[in-house]
Amino acid sequence: MMDIVTLARIQFAMTTVFHYFFVPFSIGTGLVVAIMETLYVTKKDEFYKKMAKFWGNIFLLSFAVGVVTGLIQEFQFGMNWSEYSRFMGDIFGAPLAVEALLAFFLESTFLGLWMFTWDKVSPKLHVVFMWLVFVGSMMSAFWILVANSFMQHPVGYTINNGRAEMNDFVALVTNPKVMYEFSHVIAGAITLGGIAVAGMAAFRLLKKDSLTELSRTVYQKSLRVGLWVGLVGSVTVLAAGDFQMKAMLETQPMKFAAAEGLYEDSEDPAAWTLVAWMNEKEKERVFGIEVPYVLSILSYHELSGSVDGMNTINERLIEEYGERNYFPPVNALFWNFRVMAGFGMLMLMVSIVGLFFTRKKKPILYEKPWMLWIVALTTFAPFLANTAGWLLTELGRYPWTAYGLFTIEESVSPNVSATSLLISNISYFTLFTILGSVMVYLVIRTLKKGPDALEAAEHEEPTIDPFAGGAFNE
Amino acid sequence: MSNLQLFWYILIGVLFAGFFFLEGFDFGVGMSVKTLAHNEKEEDQLIETIGPVWDGNEVWLVTAGGAMFASFPYWYASLFSGYYLILLLVLVGLIIRGVSFEFRHHMPADKRWIWGWTLSIGSLIVPFCFGLLFTSLVQGMPINANGDLSATFTDYVNPLSIVGGVALTLLSYLHGLNYISLKTTGPIRTRARNYAQALYGVAYVGLVAFAILLYFNTDFFEVRLTSTVIFLALMVILTVVANLALFKGKEKTAFLASGLTMVSLVALLFTGLFPRLIISSISPEYDLLIENASSSPYTLKIMSFVAIGLLPFVLGYTIWSYYIFRKRIKHTDVAGY
Repeated sequence: MMDIVTLARIQFAMTTVFHYFFVPFSIGTGLVVAIMETLYVTKKDEFYKKMAKFWGNIFLLSFAVGVVTGLIQEFQFGMNWSEYSRFMGDIFGAPLAVEALLAFFLESTFLGLWMFTWDKVSPKLHVVFMWLVFVGSMMSAFWILVANSFMQHPVGYTINNGRAEMNDFVALVTNPKVMYEFSHVIAGAITLGGIAVAGMAAFRLLKKDSLTELSRTVYQKSLRVGLWVGLVGSVTVLAAGDFQMKAMLETQPMKFAAAEGLYEDSEDPAAWTLVAWMNEKEKERVFGIEVPYVLSILSYHELSGSVDGMNTINERLIEEYGERNYFPPVNALFWNFRVMAGFGMLMLMVSIVGLFFTRKKKPILYEKPWMLWIVALTTFAPFLANTAGWLLTELGRYPWTAYGLFTIEESVSPNVSATSLLISNISYFTLFTILGSVMVYLVIRTLKKGPDALEAAEHEEPTIDPFAGGAFNE
Repeated sequence: MSNLQLFWYILIGVLFAGFFFLEGFDFGVGMSVKTLAHNEKEEDQLIETIGPVWDGNEVWLVTAGGAMFASFPYWYASLFSGYYLILLLVLVGLIIRGVSFEFRHHMPADKRWIWGWTLSIGSLIVPFCFGLLFTSLVQGMPINANGDLSATFTDYVNPLSIVGGVALTLLSYLHGLNYISLKTTGPIRTRARNYAQALYGVAYVGLVAFAILLYFNTDFFEVRLTSTVIFLALMVILTVVANLALFKGKEKTAFLASGLTMVSLVALLFTGLFPRLIISSISPEYDLLIENASSSPYTLKIMSFVAIGLLPFVLGYTIWSYYIFRKRIKHTDVAGY
């Protein structure tokens, strides 16, 4: 039977990856829906209202799964990582509590209002509910990233009584890592929302003969809104990623070197490795294709400068923190980085080219199935890119839970048996398989039913004045 | 013990009390979906009474968990790792019930029943497990010097904890029935009232059994005699009040009384524990105390500012949203969420 550390790590990976399919999905589609509804309110075009309602259904499905899987995240620190919670609770608990108070209440309350007050409050107020949900979800991301940033780059603490104690809350919140991670993650979520909406619309447009006039127009317009959002998102993600990489070079050089597959220090100027495979046991590269100068440019924005390899960094880490294995899973980091960056580039290209070929004068994309297929298949790209990004970030922390302070080995709950962990792993895996399948099934079903299924737009006056009493006396 | 530590202990108690008051009735409504409703239309009607608010209610639990982590990390670590399988069940319950609302709404007609069942079963598991958790906790748990809780089956499951689990489930169900009769019109409103009338008889028996077992299995009557007696008495009085109010058709009073019964129960457990967080059955030296399980004074101070600054807003818009949805859900025009 596997040991508790391995089982707990598998659980953390599994729950986090699954949860993170839905977090950016609901942040991103939430923004798309908010934009569509805002267009409805400003242009008074009922058409956009149909769009907002239609994509709103898909947003709600992903939100539901996101919420319930988030509960596991909050519980598992205590359940599987009690020593970590003891060591870090003074610092790590604070952002989680703030997240609940500041973000979750806002999100869930206004989501409830948004869902149940269509045509019952004025459209202007109704769209405000959706924006508040979006703001709530951004704040939630922010506070969770404050917590994660501390794990990547601890600041504002002292070690006291055998635990990390906070001594500067402002430093914790203004940790430079926070802004890099936040902009990267939010831009990634926005990209996902845009690309997924565009891609799902493209899937439906492939069946255009079976679509009604209304559905076709909804999907065409949605595709363009989605690509615009995807474009803004992917440009931002690229810029944020660039900043983040330079910060990584300083604060987590081992992660950086592993993501580049560098065991030895690079030449000066440094060549960038396009593809490679490393023998992690022998600590050497089996093969690789390199492009000269590019790593220096990526790292320093200059044509020169060498990058330290993992062997050098390992020596330094041993000197600083003692004898231990500091090599992260190199191939995993190397390839996750390329999956993330590669799909990021793909999404940027698809957004630009897609917008070009759907412009009003010459919208040829809608007529060419092969082009629609490309947009449609891109739906999966942001999920892969986001997941790869997190795997890079979290696996690259190895062997630390909090960088330089506390290791994964030390963090696990000593009183939880392997059997318990196995039971919970199997339970979660079963649940996730069911939830994931039902979710996909329902999204496809919603897409197939199309916006026609929504009731005809009503032109009634709002029936609820939320600020007036006595409206509902029986 | 510092004032800040005391403040956070009370705050966590308040958060749990709020959770059971609010999500208590939506657990009850969830259970009612498969026990009270006679057809799908009525199921829809029931679900619509909590549709807009259940998610916000659940945040009380999330906040209680986050607050525990932030203010008493040792408590959070010991409790969550020690109650591993019970909390796993809680999570499974919360998950299957949380997705039910959306999934049920989007499912084809012939498969909707599945998600009515998951809603009901999930709504039953969670209060039962929490009842089990809190009432086994107050009896003392094998917790060692490091704060690691390694209990055996009978530590979790024993007469008091089973009665505790059943009692909390029953209280939630009653609270839900009171909410239903307050929030609906049509046949289901009358039926909910009749169900509740009948079940209050069982509740009295349960309360007496609970009080007796509490006397024999905990030290509450030795260390906290006054508060224990007061809160037990309050629970009985409030149950009587709810029962009478129901009889007279005063639905608001009945609902408030059943909610406050839950609050009294939380207060009973939290005052009985005080100043301990987890009682060690191995040695009193290993008791986890408010005093030695908390975060640093600095963290507590920062968190106090945050909590005091934000709570008024949270309460403000929560109340506002309940106000918006104050209308009774008619059985004739259910949207079908």
